[in-house]
Amino acid sequence: MATDADNRSLKQAKWTPYILSFPGLLCLYLFFIVPMVTLLKIALSVRPDANSSKLDFAWEWSNFSKAFTDFGEQLWRGLGYAAVATVLCVLIAYPIAYFIAFKAGKWANLMLGLVMVPFFTSFLLRTIAWQSLFADTGPVLSIADALQLTGLLDALQITTNGRIMNTPTAVIGGLTYNFLPFALLPIYVSLDKVQVGLIDASYDLYNNFPNTFRKVIFPLSLPGVFAGTLLTFIPAAGDFINAALLGNPNTPVIGGVIQARFLRAGDYPTASAISFVLMAMITVGVLLYAKFLGTEDLT
Amino acid sequence: MRRGPGTYFLYVVTALGMVYLFIPLVTIAIFTFNEPTTKFNTRWEGFTFDNWLNPFQERQFTDALIESVKIALLASVIATLLGSLVALALARYRMHGGAVINMLLVLPLTTPEIVMGASLFTLFFNQGVERGFWTVVIAHTMFCLSFVTLTVKARLRGMDWTLEDAAMDLGSPPIRTFFKITMPIITPGIIAAFLLSMALSIDDYIITSFVAGPTITFPRRVFDSARIALPPQVHVLATMIMLTAIAIILIATVSSNRRAAQTTD
Repeated sequence: MATDADNRSLKQAKWTPYILSFPGLLCLYLFFIVPMVTLLKIALSVRPDANSSKLDFAWEWSNFSKAFTDFGEQLWRGLGYAAVATVLCVLIAYPIAYFIAFKAGKWANLMLGLVMVPFFTSFLLRTIAWQSLFADTGPVLSIADALQLTGLLDALQITTNGRIMNTPTAVIGGLTYNFLPFALLPIYVSLDKVQVGLIDASYDLYNNFPNTFRKVIFPLSLPGVFAGTLLTFIPAAGDFINAALLGNPNTPVIGGVIQARFLRAGDYPTASAISFVLMAMITVGVLLYAKFLGTEDLT
Repeated sequence: MRRGPGTYFLYVVTALGMVYLFIPLVTIAIFTFNEPTTKFNTRWEGFTFDNWLNPFQERQFTDALIESVKIALLASVIATLLGSLVALALARYRMHGGAVINMLLVLPLTTPEIVMGASLFTLFFNQGVERGFWTVVIAHTMFCLSFVTLTVKARLRGMDWTLEDAAMDLGSPPIRTFFKITMPIITPGIIAAFLLSMALSIDDYIITSFVAGPTITFPRRVFDSARIALPPQVHVLATMIMLTAIAIILIATVSSNRRAAQTTD
């Protein structure tokens, strides 16, 4: 690989890359690594006096078990909503990404641009827009009513007593909507890389479309599905905006618990421990998922 | 490729998906013309142009938006500068510890915002740092940095760096080589990264809520007001941001297409 020109510029540049990257890496170290260590330290601390915010470090592992026993329900709820929303995101994103990659032709760039537009509109207002859409007299329920679907939706527990607002459906709907572009873009990138020659070869060998899709296209798009799943699931698992704006106030998710523990209750050790438990569970989930897909070398 | 019932199914699903993506955006735009009689602009009550005529009338929201733009500009400039340098170091030079650095760059992207916000909160709490405008700038710089570095790095991959050597062989001094050769190569990636940072910073609520203290950004103001009162001017401000972003995307696409057309000529 190394040509003479390469070697010369490398010799000149022995220290250059370290100098160039130092400020950025220092910033990541100081404001990402150090805070994580601080969070862990506080998760292992005790608060000797409930009226003061002073903390003592004490290897207090009980904060972690407390996180599970006291907030297990909210933890599972948050992870459950995120898991359902992620599955829906991939199911909706895949056909659109497939269309843009294989069918859109010269319109592909325009469609990708359109998919990005929601990114540039306030996350909160998009979620508030769903309040209007899901409202009791809003368009979603009116359409369901016109199609005589209300009874069926209630029976399927998609609506509760004819309502969508303040139900799990509303929260999952909001999450699915807000994170859909995160699933779509990586799936599109991996589909776009699939060589058309491979697909043609499969047809030439008398494979029909389902077989071609199952044996050629889908396996090649797995890296994108993997990346899209992570980019959707990780932020969705910690999100509490959708739960706060669309969900039932009596069924908070874990993200909301963490924020409230920190900013309102002032119970920093428990809150830090819950944060760590959330991150650990997400990491375990991601590793299991990577093993299941057989895609360890994707990152 | 074959055309069968599957193809039409794909067309229908894609069309429905695109409609789904745009329904809330259209809803926001429609509600800018609403004339709510209550404190909430979430139910359609009547048509008016008043909100567009006085978009900045709600001082609380306008001030919060100005604060958000200030933070986004500062954080994006710093993150773009630092991140582009890291990307340049990784893409242009061979350096030890590249794998560790890549790991360090990816980690913030795989950490939920709530955990990042919480960890920064504990840091500022532990160090006795008063939270406010500058702690928000620091937090936003940090989470934009990874996005900038990875975006610029992706653009730099596969660039032909021997052009720099060619310029120097022809007697161009290093500074001149940088401005004449290196800058034009890396500028499109840097602009894309800067725009991405602006979008991320201006829209962040979760991390901001942990580090802002008394500083009120636009998303904070909207979230805090969502259960108390939400005037239609908020929708107007958001629609303005949306239209500005669409304009920037269009200009960027058109100009990059034109540049691509020129280079292929």
